[in-house]
Formats: sequence, structure tokens, C-alpha cells
Amino acid sequence: MSDQKKPLAVPVPGVIEPSPAWAELAGLTPARVALGRSGVSLPTREVMSFGVAHARARDAVHAELDVAKLREELAADGWTAIEVTSAATTRTAFLARPDWGRRLDDESNKKLAAIPREKPDLVFVLSDGLSALALHSHASRLLRTLKPKLADLRVAPIVIATQARVALSDEVGQFLGAGIAVSLIGERPGLSTPDSLGAYLTADPRVGRSDAQRNCISNIHGAGLSYETAAAQIEALIRTAHASGVSGVTLAKRLAAPRESP
Amino acid sequence: MAYTSRIGVRGYRFESLGELLAKASPERSGDHLAGIASASAEERMAARLALAEVPLLRFCEELLIPAEDDEVTRLICDRFDRAAFQPIASLDVGAFRDWLLSDAVDGAVLNALAPGLMPEMLAAVSKLMRNQDLVLTARKVRVATRFRNTLGGAGVLSVRLQPNHPTDDARGVAASILDGLMFGCGDACIGINPASDEPERLAPLWRLLDELIARFEIPTQSCVLAHVTRQIAAIEAGLPLDLVFQSIGGTEGLNRSFGIDLALLREAHDAGRSLRRGAVGDNVMYFETGQGSALSAGAHHAIDQQTLEARAYAVAREFEPLLVNTVVGFIGPEYLYDGKQILRAALEDHFCGKLMGLPMGVDVCYTNHAEADQDDMDTLLTVLGTAGVNYIMGVPGADDVMLNYQSTSFHDALYVRRALGLRPAPEFEAWLEKQGIVDATGTPIADGRMAALSDLRAFVDGRSA
Repeated sequence: MSDQKKPLAVPVPGVIEPSPAWAELAGLTPARVALGRSGVSLPTREVMSFGVAHARARDAVHAELDVAKLREELAADGWTAIEVTSAATTRTAFLARPDWGRRLDDESNKKLAAIPREKPDLVFVLSDGLSALALHSHASRLLRTLKPKLADLRVAPIVIATQARVALSDEVGQFLGAGIAVSLIGERPGLSTPDSLGAYLTADPRVGRSDAQRNCISNIHGAGLSYETAAAQIEALIRTAHASGVSGVTLAKRLAAPRESP
Repeated sequence: MAYTSRIGVRGYRFESLGELLAKASPERSGDHLAGIASASAEERMAARLALAEVPLLRFCEELLIPAEDDEVTRLICDRFDRAAFQPIASLDVGAFRDWLLSDAVDGAVLNALAPGLMPEMLAAVSKLMRNQDLVLTARKVRVATRFRNTLGGAGVLSVRLQPNHPTDDARGVAASILDGLMFGCGDACIGINPASDEPERLAPLWRLLDELIARFEIPTQSCVLAHVTRQIAAIEAGLPLDLVFQSIGGTEGLNRSFGIDLALLREAHDAGRSLRRGAVGDNVMYFETGQGSALSAGAHHAIDQQTLEARAYAVAREFEPLLVNTVVGFIGPEYLYDGKQILRAALEDHFCGKLMGLPMGVDVCYTNHAEADQDDMDTLLTVLGTAGVNYIMGVPGADDVMLNYQSTSFHDALYVRRALGLRPAPEFEAWLEKQGIVDATGTPIADGRMAALSDLRAFVDGRSA
């Protein structure tokens, strides 16, 4: 919700404001209640407030990832990065064809094929997904929190993927022979949250993995999960997947069940 | 069997009825994603030329999905009423369009025809119809349904009050309900999409709605849109359910991906009716559908998404629902790319559902990654109101903070009622007047003078957080 939600103190001619008994309900829910009305229509301030929220969400969907900037931030934290792009050549194609966004383009294929196959324990794939803004706001800071927790694991160079969906991490992980792929990806922007980041973990990543074979931690953003909480949850998933070699529904069952011997 | 047509010197050939329907479909991203859309604008028209000459009887002979593979196909064939079909038995698809639009064909004729229509026939003719044809034909048909009030009468436009909350907080839900009632919304039902599917979290929501409706004697019905198995269990546990909800689709495989089949729906229907909670009727089912879901579930059999959607209505029809709702823009731009495609799909769904005899509502909605905005929704809402849609959604400020998409607001509902001279369901309208929420013209009364507000506010405050 935006901070423009509260009714203005000065009455606006023509606007029928809710009485206090009604207006106070706004404190009970994030929903847009007690908006008042002009005739039966929304007051101007509410049309503007909604318009701002939608504009921010739209801009987030169409924002291009600033790969150079992201690479710089990662380098400052000691990460090396490889850039790849999906088979969706434009944002329009990306939005209309999720199947293209799940596969690497030819050049990225060649690039990854040329890298020695060192079979790392783990690879992070940073994907713009539906909000490049989410990556810019949260990816490097989340990784900074995660890095010291994973010191004993062999982590591959970071892969930065543009016009990419979650499943692109399957192909990347397969090329590198990684035990686990973690896709950090911009989630579909909501009106109140244009920059929410999601983390999707897949054990033994390879092309054709289904969503049932992944584990997801979503809602990583300012008003959602903190970096500390998200990093702790991601580490727990990585540890369990590393020990068991599985992810998804099977892993969720293991996590829910009483701890068993490895 | 192959179907052919010719445009100028170029001949076109379509190997099956399924291919012909897909290529005749107005353009949409989901059919491209499935790899079944026409390759050019001319090929699309060639397919329509060939489709216009296909006899309606052909749909009984060439089944799009084999009966042995799919219980929805078997249901469609079993329920096909040849006597009702007689008036159009000699027509081809093109002539069927002319017949539907003709002056002699009115609502009574179309109501009698409904059992004689296979969904594929309606999908086919819709592909030859312009948006205005879909409006004018659907407008002829009224489908009235009843539980605690009468929905779907002439001049009535109802609203499902959708008071969703990200954590199902009872006071938060109640706050949104109060907001909607003050705007004259909630006659179709008060229906919550729960954030949690856990039985112990669902039970308080059913109790909340039951208490509210009983205490204020609101002529409406409640629904908590959990999985149907949860609702059957809740009925067995003695919880006060009004409507039984389920998402459904047009293929057996899609329904299986929802965790349902026809037998389970029959069980749910029986369980809902066993409670006998309706005051003026026993339409207890509420179904939601939407183009693209079959492809999304990998259960589309290379049939276009609009035809599969129409088949879902054959499933709905079996259970005499109170409400059916196509959630048209929720699925995203990979199935319906922009405002134009969403508008077209909504009119097709409304037309096909109405002609099959269903009480069609439409969730006029979009997501932030679709090429659509509030202006597109205003247009769609206005056109659907003109087409006679039974109901729309009412979400505070059009912003669903649990499902993260934009639907229609309470203000939008009042807009379309005022612009087109439409009213709430009669029993609900009488209640609104009695409570002093609206005046005799349906205009909301400034809330300072409403006795109902303080009582409702006390009800909200009485909920535990």
C-alpha cells in the first residue's frame, strides 16, 4: 500500500468521505478499504495512488537488468560472474513465450560448453525473471549474507542470466555438472511490491525438471523476508539437498519429518 | 477427415477438426505457445472459410478428444439431447451464426436449445462471430439461479464480494466485507480465497461468514474457495457451508491435475445439497474456469484453449451451479497477451457459457505482466454489462492483496450498474434499502445516516485478530 492512502485532512468538494467508524477499518487490512467516493467513482487521490502503484509494477516488469552494475557489486564481494542469455531475444518474446525463457541461446550454450566441467556442489543463477528491480535491490546483498554460511561448499562462479525463467537454471546446472542450482529471480510484481525476489532450489539440475522437483522461498524484499531469514532458510535447503541429493516435494517431506540419520 | 478452402489461387488444407478450430481461432498467445495457432492472417481466414461449411452434425461424428481417453468427452456425448438439437440439425457452422442472430431466435428458443448444444459447436460458431455478435446473442439469454436470492434476472448485475486477506485474518476479512456491503456488493456471494488450505484455518472463515449472514439476515450465500475435498470434509465435520466451490477444466487430464474427477464433483454436489441451507433454491455449486489452464497442466490434446474452455462448461452444466466464473485475465500474458485478447476471450467465454445454460460471471482482471491496465478493464466491464453478464467480482480498490492481481472494485460495480441501469438481485436490493445503505434509486446513502454501519462495525470489532 502506498503512503498516499490516508484521506486528506482538507475536505475535497464532491468527495464523500467515509465516517470514522468506516475509515478506521483501513488499519485492519492491507486491502484498499474506506476509499471514499466521488459520486459512485473513486476520488482523484485514489485513482492517482493506484496509478502510481501500477506504474511502478509495470516499470519493474519491463526494466532491463543492468548486468555491468550487478557484476561490479558481485566482484566487490569476491564473486566472479558469467553472463548468459535465454532464447527469448526481447522482453516481449520473454513475456509471451515462457518456453524460450527456460532455455539458453546458442551463444550462451557455447560459452558454458567451453568452461571446464568441475562439478561444483552449487551454482547460483541470478535471473531477471519478471522484475530486474528485485535483483538490483536484493541479489548481491542476499548473497553477501549467504556467502560465509557456505564456506565449506564448492560454489561455482555466479551465472547472471537475462530474459530468464527459473528453469533456465536447470540447463546451466547441467552444463556445469552442479549438484544443486539455486535460481535467484525477480518475482511477478504486485501493486504493493515491485521488487520481490524468489529463490528456487533444484537438486541434480537438468533440462526437463518439473516445479514439483524444486523448493521455493519467496517474498524476499523490504516488507517481506529479511536477508538473514531468507539466507538461513536457503542454507537449510542447500544443506538438506546436498546431503540427500533430492529437492522438491521429496525434500519438503524430509524437512517436515522428524530428523532422520543421513 | 481433412477440411479445405481456397483464397485466390492458394488452397489450404486442415487435417482434422481440431486443427481447423485452432487455426480459425482469433489470435492469442496461448495457442502460439501450444504450437497450434495459424501461421498467418490469411491462413486464419482460410480456416474460418472452411469451418463455416462444416455441418454441426460433424461435431458428433469427429470427437476432438477420443471418448475412450477422456470422461469429459463421454459426458458431452451422453448428455447430447438430439431432440433439442433438431431446430439446428441441418445447419452448418456459418448458417448457425446467422440463425443465432436472427430476429426469430429469442431467449426462450435459446433456453430450449441449450441441452442440444455440444460445447464444441459453440466454440466453433464463436470463432466466426465478431465481438458485437457475441454480445447481442448472449444478451438474449437469461439464466436465473437461486440459493438465498435470485440471481440472473433481467436487469440484474450481481457481485461476488471477495474480501481476501494475506493471512486470513478474521478482522481484516470482516473489514473488507463491511466495505463491500456499504457499496451494495455481495449479492452473488461473499467468497473468500483462503491463503491457507489447512482445515483448522478454514473452519473459522466458514463460521465467520455464517454468523454474519445469519445475524444481519443478509439474503446472500457464503463460500470459502478451498479444494473440494476440504469442503466435503468440512460438511462432514458439521461446518456451516453454503456453496461448494471447485476449479474445473475441459479435459479429464486437467481435472486430474486439479485433484478432481466427475465422481468427486458428484459427491461434493450431493454433500452440498444435503445441508438444505438454501432459502429460495438449491443451486449449491460454484465453479471457476479459464482459458489456458489445460495447456498449463499439459493436458490440452493439441486443442485450442477456447474450445477446451467451452468443454469445461459441459462439466459445470452437469451440476446445476449457482455461479460459474471465467477468471479470464488471471493466467498471464503467455495465454492472453494483452487487453484485446483478454476482452475477446471474456466475450467468448460468456457467450459459450450462457448458450449452454450457465449463470456466467466473469472475473474482469489482469496481472502486472500482461499488456493491460484499468482502462482495458473499464471497457471489458462495460461490454460485459451490455452482454448481460450475471456477476462480476468486487475487490476493495480492485487490488487483491492476497492473490496479487487486479480485478474489479466495489466502485466499478456501482459504475456499471449506474451506466447501464442495472440493479442488485431483488432480495438483496430490498435488504440494502431496509438497512438504509442505498436509497430507492439504488444510490448509496452517505454512511453517517446508516444504522447498519455501527452494527456491522461492532461485528468486525468482535472478531479476534
